[in-house]
Amino acid sequence: MATTIEMPKLSDTMTEGTLLRWIKKVGDSVEVGDVIAEVETDKATMEMEAFDEGTLAEVYVEEGQKVQVGQKLAILTAEGEEAPKAPSESKKIGADKKEKAPTDEPAVAGKKPLNKEVVRSASEATTESPQQSMPTAGTAQTRSKASPLARKVAAELGVELQQVSGSGPGGRIVRSDVLSAAKTEQKGPERAKTAPTPETLKTDQRISLSGMRRTIANRLLEAKTTIPHFYLQAEIDAQPLISLRQQINSAAEAAGLPKITVNDFILKATAVAAAHVPQANAAFAGDAIIQYADVQLACAVAIDEGLVTPVIREAQRKSLSQISSEIKDLAARARSKKLKPEEYQGGTITVSNLGGYGVEQFFAIINPPQSVIVSVGAIVAKPVVNAQGQVVAGQRIALGLSCDHRVVDGAIGAQLLAELKRLLEVPALMLI
Amino acid sequence: MDGRGVSNYCFMKYDLIVVGGGPAGYVGAIRAAQLGKKVACVEKERAGGTCLNWGCIPTKSLLRNAELFQLMQKRSADFGFHFEKLSYDWPKIISRSRSVADKLAGGVEYLFKKNKIDYLRGEAAIPAAGKVTYKDRSGKEETVEGDHILIATGAVARELPGLPVNGKTVVNSHDAMIIDPQPKKLIVIGAGAIGVEFAYFFNAFGTEVTLVEMLPNALPIEDTEISVALEKSLSKQGIKIFTNTKVASAKAEKGEVRVNLEGKQAQELQADCALIAIGVSPIVPAGVSITLDKKGFISVDDRYQTNVPGIFAAGDVIGPPWLAHVAMWEAIQTVEGIFTKGFRPQRVKEFPGCTYCQPQVASIGLTERAAKEQGLKFKVGKFPFSANGKALAAGEPEGFIKILIAEPHGEVLGAHIVGPEATELIAELGLAMKLEATYEEIEATIHAHPTLSETVHEAVGAAFGEAIHI
Repeated sequence: MATTIEMPKLSDTMTEGTLLRWIKKVGDSVEVGDVIAEVETDKATMEMEAFDEGTLAEVYVEEGQKVQVGQKLAILTAEGEEAPKAPSESKKIGADKKEKAPTDEPAVAGKKPLNKEVVRSASEATTESPQQSMPTAGTAQTRSKASPLARKVAAELGVELQQVSGSGPGGRIVRSDVLSAAKTEQKGPERAKTAPTPETLKTDQRISLSGMRRTIANRLLEAKTTIPHFYLQAEIDAQPLISLRQQINSAAEAAGLPKITVNDFILKATAVAAAHVPQANAAFAGDAIIQYADVQLACAVAIDEGLVTPVIREAQRKSLSQISSEIKDLAARARSKKLKPEEYQGGTITVSNLGGYGVEQFFAIINPPQSVIVSVGAIVAKPVVNAQGQVVAGQRIALGLSCDHRVVDGAIGAQLLAELKRLLEVPALMLI
Repeated sequence: MDGRGVSNYCFMKYDLIVVGGGPAGYVGAIRAAQLGKKVACVEKERAGGTCLNWGCIPTKSLLRNAELFQLMQKRSADFGFHFEKLSYDWPKIISRSRSVADKLAGGVEYLFKKNKIDYLRGEAAIPAAGKVTYKDRSGKEETVEGDHILIATGAVARELPGLPVNGKTVVNSHDAMIIDPQPKKLIVIGAGAIGVEFAYFFNAFGTEVTLVEMLPNALPIEDTEISVALEKSLSKQGIKIFTNTKVASAKAEKGEVRVNLEGKQAQELQADCALIAIGVSPIVPAGVSITLDKKGFISVDDRYQTNVPGIFAAGDVIGPPWLAHVAMWEAIQTVEGIFTKGFRPQRVKEFPGCTYCQPQVASIGLTERAAKEQGLKFKVGKFPFSANGKALAAGEPEGFIKILIAEPHGEVLGAHIVGPEATELIAELGLAMKLEATYEEIEATIHAHPTLSETVHEAVGAAFGEAIHI
């Protein structure tokens, strides 16, 4: 049976959407859950998933075209089946041929959601937050359903289980899944080498902006040019944190519980610190400043095409292990593009961690309408002067704070940073 | 025509018509009904197929008799029992086996009713995709239509060229389980699971049995070490086992059969009966032309579909392993593949194989020789039942368990058991393999004491020099 794919209603207010890009091309086979296309709504760029399997037999809408909700986009046919004749009228219905492709005029399509959001956040102390921010080193391990053998092989090959889809009973990840994931991962970088690396490129390439890339471009330009950023930096002694983590994890391992990452501690500390310094857990709202009652903690997660900032709700109330399991789940689903909009909207403060990439220190761009973003560097072994005035080997992490001076003054930012330092250097404090 | 008669069915279209009511057929039909589909199952003889009527189940009944008789006759003194004039009633042994089969076949018919499956009796043909005809005993032909057809017609015992089955002096497994009177001398040709089980059964009741196998070992697909141990045990029980030996010619005469052997045991054998147990041939329904493989079994694709769209096949009719549990599993794969969106049917990979003589033999996964042929790195862990408390208490110290543990990750490559309750013990290892457990998970699992299952734990430990009781 041929299945018609229509423009889905992706949000309550959506009446039409722009088909930004066909991910699947005519002739491609489609499995349930595959992303078929990217659609831009009034609020965000979203990925449209297939609810049926088959072959993408025909598409009725060109990239960049605006389409009414419910209008036919494409047709899926079952194996061996012929595509029905294209409903020629549907090509016309609601299809605004004058609308330019997004690559021709990226600002038009991209700015719309941004403007709307800024207006809203200034007027009604929004629950909505930007979806994109700086990348992070979210190397957290999810508790995926995987066989013991798959886990061993994954650890050996450095495959992250949350990136792997399982073919075993009940979606369990088995060895063959890990092996094929490892193969595609191997292919990935190879392809990357031959594509964007200038030395191997024969000619210059013009890469059309994806919806997400366009949103990142607009939002961060807006943030960096309209928000008066200032930056604070402190180095913390990571030794107590490392020791506590080892203690917790060896107990967790014995009990078969998931491990806690350094990033989990930083998230927990940020949640507690933001609750202690509410002036920093705030937004600039034009004629007022909104101080939030709860810490909606956003964490930047790098994904293939850009990044997203999933949000841990009321993070100040959550335990370290709750935060840990929640961010693992969110990050995994972010990478597999399964986040719902409400899961990445409404953050009040963001953590961006590039430590996993070996970055020692950086300052991220603020994620409006938030006022603060915490930038976390790698744990670095270096000589330090101890309390006795001796030079000894130490483990340090550089924390950067980017603040919106309209909301947060230097002293408030400093208070927040000091609180973070206090909590991370005596990490038992955040467990109380 | 009565109101609920078959002719009413002619006017409706089924979602699935299953041809054959054996393990693949009835399980496929029930699963489709569970998925809310309208299903018919056409059966020529009786629901339950070979397994239930003329295979697994009735032979297990016979073998239970053999095992009890052997225990009482040969080992009663060990247990402190004395029997005077211990005897048996051959017709009763056979009728017990038949009544067990009857009971279970009735159970399948009940399941059809419960799942609202139309159970159609007659010999089926498939004139075209979507159509099944069946002829009942009176010769009346009916036609039913359905969107999908599942062929689950199974197989019958293969004949030995030059020695046709006559049901008296030359028999197949079907005949052998109701043979009366009991043969005095029996030649069993083929030492696969069926041949070995019948050899054991008849020998236990005093028939003089010679087991002839072309390949180097009895149960040739099993791990060689297991086969050798079994051969020793069966020889001790009195069975003559001629391996590397082949039938050159044979002749059935009145009241006896003569078989000329060539190979290792080139000689002429005479017996009152020969049992042919050399595998099976598929039963392919008549009608539309379906592509077969070289050996005549139906060829299917990844979704168990034949070359004719809409016609699927599962079970013995698509080739080895000819096992009821594999047939059931394949039928479920097929039916889910047809009706459940996004379901990807799989082909059988690891499956347990069981032989119910005493000592029992059971295995799953790779034999040591297969693992070596594949160039795999592995460790072998072995543990004898003679070092297991429960086996000693039960008076069953014979046999051992052997587990192949892959290196470097420690997954189970294969497991092989010869000994008491081997066929029950193999389940744990099947689960371990399906879940891709490594030796660490098995070692970390507490096995109840005293049980035979401790041997699984100990064998895994033995692979790393960590078995406790040896």
